[in-house]
Amino acid sequence: MSLASLFVMSALTSNIVLTKFLGICPLMGTSGSTKKAFGMGVSVTLVVTLSSIITYFLYHYVLVPSNSTYLETLVFILVIACFVQILKLCVKRFFPSLHKSLGIYLPLITTNCAVLGIMLLNISNEYTLLETIVSSIGSSVGFTLVIYVFSSIREYLDTRKVPNCMKGYPIAFIVAAIMALLFARYVGI
Amino acid sequence: MKTIINGITKENAIFVLMLGLCSALAVTTTFESAYVMGICVLIVLLGSSFLISLLSKWIPDHVQIPVYILIIGTFVTILEIFLESYVPKLHDVLGIYLPLIVVNCIVLGRSLSVYSKETLGKSLLDALGIGLGYLFALMVIAFFREILGTNTLTLMDHISSLTGYRAVYHIPNNSILPISILKEPAGAFLTLGLLMGFFNLLRAHKKGRV
Repeated sequence: MSLASLFVMSALTSNIVLTKFLGICPLMGTSGSTKKAFGMGVSVTLVVTLSSIITYFLYHYVLVPSNSTYLETLVFILVIACFVQILKLCVKRFFPSLHKSLGIYLPLITTNCAVLGIMLLNISNEYTLLETIVSSIGSSVGFTLVIYVFSSIREYLDTRKVPNCMKGYPIAFIVAAIMALLFARYVGI
Repeated sequence: MKTIINGITKENAIFVLMLGLCSALAVTTTFESAYVMGICVLIVLLGSSFLISLLSKWIPDHVQIPVYILIIGTFVTILEIFLESYVPKLHDVLGIYLPLIVVNCIVLGRSLSVYSKETLGKSLLDALGIGLGYLFALMVIAFFREILGTNTLTLMDHISSLTGYRAVYHIPNNSILPISILKEPAGAFLTLGLLMGFFNLLRAHKKGRV
């Protein structure tokens, strides 16, 4: 499979949010405003891309030779947690203005299942290093796209009249269902 | 007893707290995988609430999250190895959603807000309540999605290598079922949204009467 089609596949046709249900919590939690959603998307892209490279090397050069691949979940989550902490410190030290806008999203990423999910998918699909990077960027771009579009729809919905019992989360899920239907149609590309 | 019922109804992880949704949507295509997932989460919750409430005194505050994740991750890995060796087919069906219990917000969220502060007994009871509530929610979602989406109800299929029984029911042919959209990802969002609306309606109704 060519890298371009891998990118399109991971961003659109097998979008991690709408077809694999990863990152639903941030989707519902931070999609109240478009600004927040965009911040979350950018932070996730950064963390996913860089930590997938680290986990690639750790998996193939440490876990596989030492015959301890069953530890992958534990090792990966540790890598993500440490990496998020380091990134937070670096951003705070070198880009204080960026820290102000993205800082609050970084700790949330540790428990974002999209991040761990993408790492585990990369490993189980047996991607090479280049494919790992492309699919990580593609998936996180897909995540950003969905969370951004979703939050704009929700901002609009707030101004409309919705039945009382469907207000808030229930109607958000219905919106997600319609979006998932649309994304399912991308399969033909 | 009150804590347990509270965890199932008032503080239901999925319908009220909105935590742990990823797995709830992904594994509910068949009834069987849903309840196995629910039981796995229940076991992880019980194990980690036990360890965390015992150890919380000795864990410094600033490394709380990494240590808790490690404790939860250990239980998840044990479960994963167990399922892989006893029911390999089910392990394949659950796929990456099994290791993803580690980052299931319900376990970590409960650990940070309850188990790190409460006594052992209270933590265990809370874990039991929340876990049963999660199991219940998954079973409800899967029940509707499978019956309406694929026209069957799988009670024991892959798990039969462990229990020795096989129970898959088929609903007699009719013109309405199966509604195949419910089997797809969109159907998961739809079912959860509608069920949530229904429970909101129930709650409002109850409040209005009292």
